[in-house]
Amino acid sequence: MSVRSLDGVPAGSTSEIQLRGLEKSFRGPDGPIRAVRGIDVQIDAGETVALLGPNGAGKSTTIDMLLGLLAPDAGSVSVFGRPPARAVAEGAVGGMLQTGALIRDLSVRELVAMMASLYPSPLGVQEALELAGIGEISDQRTQKLSGGQTQRVRLAVALVSDPQLLVLDEPTVALDVEARHAFWTTMRAFAARGKTIVFATHYLEEADAYADRAVLIAHGAIVADGPTTEIKAMVGTRTLRATLPGVDVDVLEALPGVSGAERRGEAIVLRCPDSDAAIRALLASHPHARDIEIAAAGLEEAFLRLTGDGDGDGDGARA
Amino acid sequence: MPLAYTRYELLRTLRNRRFFLFSLGFPLILYFAIVSPYRHVRDFDGSGISLPLYYMVGLASFGTMNAMLSSGVRIAAERAVGWNRQLRITPLSPRAYFRVKVLTGYMVALISLLALYAAGTSLGVSLSAGEWLKMTGLILLGLVPFAALGIALGHMLTPDSIGPALGGGISLLALLGGVWFPLGSHGFLHDLAQYIPSYWLVRASHVELGGASWNTMGWAVMIAWTIALGLLAARAYRRDTGRV
Repeated sequence: MSVRSLDGVPAGSTSEIQLRGLEKSFRGPDGPIRAVRGIDVQIDAGETVALLGPNGAGKSTTIDMLLGLLAPDAGSVSVFGRPPARAVAEGAVGGMLQTGALIRDLSVRELVAMMASLYPSPLGVQEALELAGIGEISDQRTQKLSGGQTQRVRLAVALVSDPQLLVLDEPTVALDVEARHAFWTTMRAFAARGKTIVFATHYLEEADAYADRAVLIAHGAIVADGPTTEIKAMVGTRTLRATLPGVDVDVLEALPGVSGAERRGEAIVLRCPDSDAAIRALLASHPHARDIEIAAAGLEEAFLRLTGDGDGDGDGARA
Repeated sequence: MPLAYTRYELLRTLRNRRFFLFSLGFPLILYFAIVSPYRHVRDFDGSGISLPLYYMVGLASFGTMNAMLSSGVRIAAERAVGWNRQLRITPLSPRAYFRVKVLTGYMVALISLLALYAAGTSLGVSLSAGEWLKMTGLILLGLVPFAALGIALGHMLTPDSIGPALGGGISLLALLGGVWFPLGSHGFLHDLAQYIPSYWLVRASHVELGGASWNTMGWAVMIAWTIALGLLAARAYRRDTGRV
């Protein structure tokens, strides 16, 4: 992992982001709601990390604490060796929060310039506009933009500070597929400048495709943390599907190379740590099995397995 | 002081129609409508002050109160769209944020004030340079509690509720302050008005009579309101942002 030296800060233990033992509760109608219950993450400078989890998992609360918007009940946050408030005050952090529209009565260019003026060493306004792909709408008033355009302006606002750490909370929620693709192209270009990027998402394919590493969060705690390939490997790596009526699930589960089995009407779905062994055993014992498919498990399946949410292990493979 | 940020904030405000209507258009139209027929009245309703001057300061108080309190409308709107959270992850400190809001409010108030001065002069208001300066100084000082009130309301109310709240509040403050007619020298309304900050704002017109426009009571009331509303604004901000 690349560890870069920041102004005056020697490369090493301070050139990273650390969340230690974070806890946060909110008052709810039925007593306190424990939104975050013990999150420990260390992110190296230059990494792109996805905080992945369903809605209500505690991602936004964690991000608010990372940005210093919310004080943790317990635990600590360190951004490049500094408290978040100091890193923010020094202009080292850029963020795109989950909720948010734009203030009105300014052109896109004026708004980005207004925000750039707050930072010690911002990007050029034109550069930020082009990075975010909004050069053509720069003279439009902020209150007259579409949802997708607004989102790109918010991105330009986050980028113009030229931050060391860029934090994005569900940045592509309002975007269509094409805009989402364009968004991540921009993000990759920004990451290539050696920036650290932390983004929250519940789009599994986003974490899979764009993050070096995924931190899976459910019910306020981390359920897995590693490269997306490793997370997939942690769970049954392949899914075997076949049409096979009249065979008991228990029998199938007992086959070599199979860790779990499920029946869906006439079809069966087997979770296979060793799919080669499983297919041989299946055809040996049940030669009438047909329509056989073997597929690698997506991150979504891994996610459902790890968090224990959702009923079917194979739901994620539909896409 | 984030000057560039303040410049854009002022630009936004000047592009807003509400500003022109309440801080500038409304007071100017009323001024000409009320004063034109009575421009030669030298002693308005026993106040000892000429009618063009009385209403010039009265309506300037109305316009500048609006200008200062409209920072609350902008704060409420910024909160509603999450912009204040966006600002909290920039190097702009809360103090600097408030300085921007107050300074913008004052610049808008100054525009409103100068427009009323021009209108007043066109209808015969004539003061010495020293009187103009003293009156302007008193009005600008008298707006301090309104700056704090704008910030407090901006953090307590929603964009939907702040409009009616300010509309009603400013009407009441204008009435009790004597914007529409002098409150006399005794009686319930006069006694009550002594405790209202807008009363002392309107009293800035007393420069024409010579002497101190604000007596000890005036200074004490203004300082008390400034402290009370300043504390309220700080509290509202902390509650709103969850800061300790």
